[in-house]
Amino acid sequence: MQLRRGEFTLDVDLDCPPGITCVMGPSGAGKSTILAVLAGLAVPDAGRIALGDDVWLDRGRGVEVPVHARRLSYVFQGLALFPHMTALANVAYGLHDRQRRDRPSRAQALLERLGVGHLARRRPRTFSGGEAQRVALARALARSPRLMLLDEPFSALDRELRAQLTALVRELVAELGVPLVHVTHSVAEARLLADQVVRIERGKVVACGAADDVLANVTSLEE
Amino acid sequence: MLGYLDTIDWKPLWLSLQIASLSTVLTLVSGTGFALLLTWRKLPARHLIDAVVSAPLVLPPTVLGYYLLVLLGRNSAIGGAWQWLFGGPIVFTFAGAVIAASVGSLPLVVRTIRLGIEAVEPNLIAAARTLGARPVRVIATIVLPLAAPGLIAGAMLGFARALGDYGATQMLAGARIGGVPTASIFVMDQLLANRDDQVFAMSLATTIVGVTLLYFANRLTHRLHRV
Repeated sequence: MQLRRGEFTLDVDLDCPPGITCVMGPSGAGKSTILAVLAGLAVPDAGRIALGDDVWLDRGRGVEVPVHARRLSYVFQGLALFPHMTALANVAYGLHDRQRRDRPSRAQALLERLGVGHLARRRPRTFSGGEAQRVALARALARSPRLMLLDEPFSALDRELRAQLTALVRELVAELGVPLVHVTHSVAEARLLADQVVRIERGKVVACGAADDVLANVTSLEE
Repeated sequence: MLGYLDTIDWKPLWLSLQIASLSTVLTLVSGTGFALLLTWRKLPARHLIDAVVSAPLVLPPTVLGYYLLVLLGRNSAIGGAWQWLFGGPIVFTFAGAVIAASVGSLPLVVRTIRLGIEAVEPNLIAAARTLGARPVRVIATIVLPLAAPGLIAGAMLGFARALGDYGATQMLAGARIGGVPTASIFVMDQLLANRDDQVFAMSLATTIVGVTLLYFANRLTHRLHRV
């Protein structure tokens, strides 16, 4: 994918196998832009995105699958839980292709799966940081995604909570068997989570490979 | 006191409330549509449409009334179509007064609603889209509910503006509708006739209605912001 915005140019070629790919890099490197392009929220000037045999974007051939038709889930940095809806309604929002009567029970099951079933009737402003993350993950699973995108969702959490949630994410990805692209600043988090690590700087891939190889001798992203 | 109130002619206030209520419904619906259109950055000629919708803010009310007369008069296409549909003209009628009040208040309503819409966090809209929602569903379930404070504020400002409309209403609907003037025309008539008691009572009544509405609108908006 190639995208130019003012002085910034993103030019990356990524292959994300099932499992967790951590995209790492300093601020302004283009990490979140990669997710936005994958989701269809930003349109690159040139490029191709394919998930198996499904082509979501091919600028050369004029193919552009709209955001709502890409079966993916996206957990935003601020989580973007809908503040005017309960946790149950937030999760049920992604279940609109199911029968209306089945949605509450399915949404409740997802909240239970993430350990926050008791929050079903509450609104996001009453959640703690960890609870909000779990509800956001439950909502992300609602669409039975073929691709999961996580944009630094754990950055504001303490170490213990972060470890709990990264373990949960690993479990979910193993269960679903889908690729997950996870943007993070944290080398420790990437070591815990990643099957593959992609390091980008100034819009270009500077290293890509198994987590142990790419992160060997790396203690911080500023190195 | 009650005897004094009995001497006041309340029909103009009732007429103005009816005109302002219908005008508010019209401007809320059309104003929401315009506000949504104008927040769409890819809209062709967005700035031109914005300027045309906002024009009543800067035009003298009589000029606005003149344009409406030309646009909706018996010899115009719209006026002719209205006559054909409803068997009567728009000008010098209740409908004309509602239209004049609506056009005058539309820019205020559009601008206030637009501010409400633009205050909705873009990530919430993006999240809805990634959850499979098409644009109409995103607008209905995310944008409009979260912009509700802006919609309410816009409706209330529109109502207050319509309640006090004078120039455009007089140009398009005349000084009397079914023999009754609107509240603001009534105040001017009574002032010229040196009937200070009527002027005072009508001025006070319209002030109380306006301030009460704004008070409840503020409270409702505050409650919605806390959600």
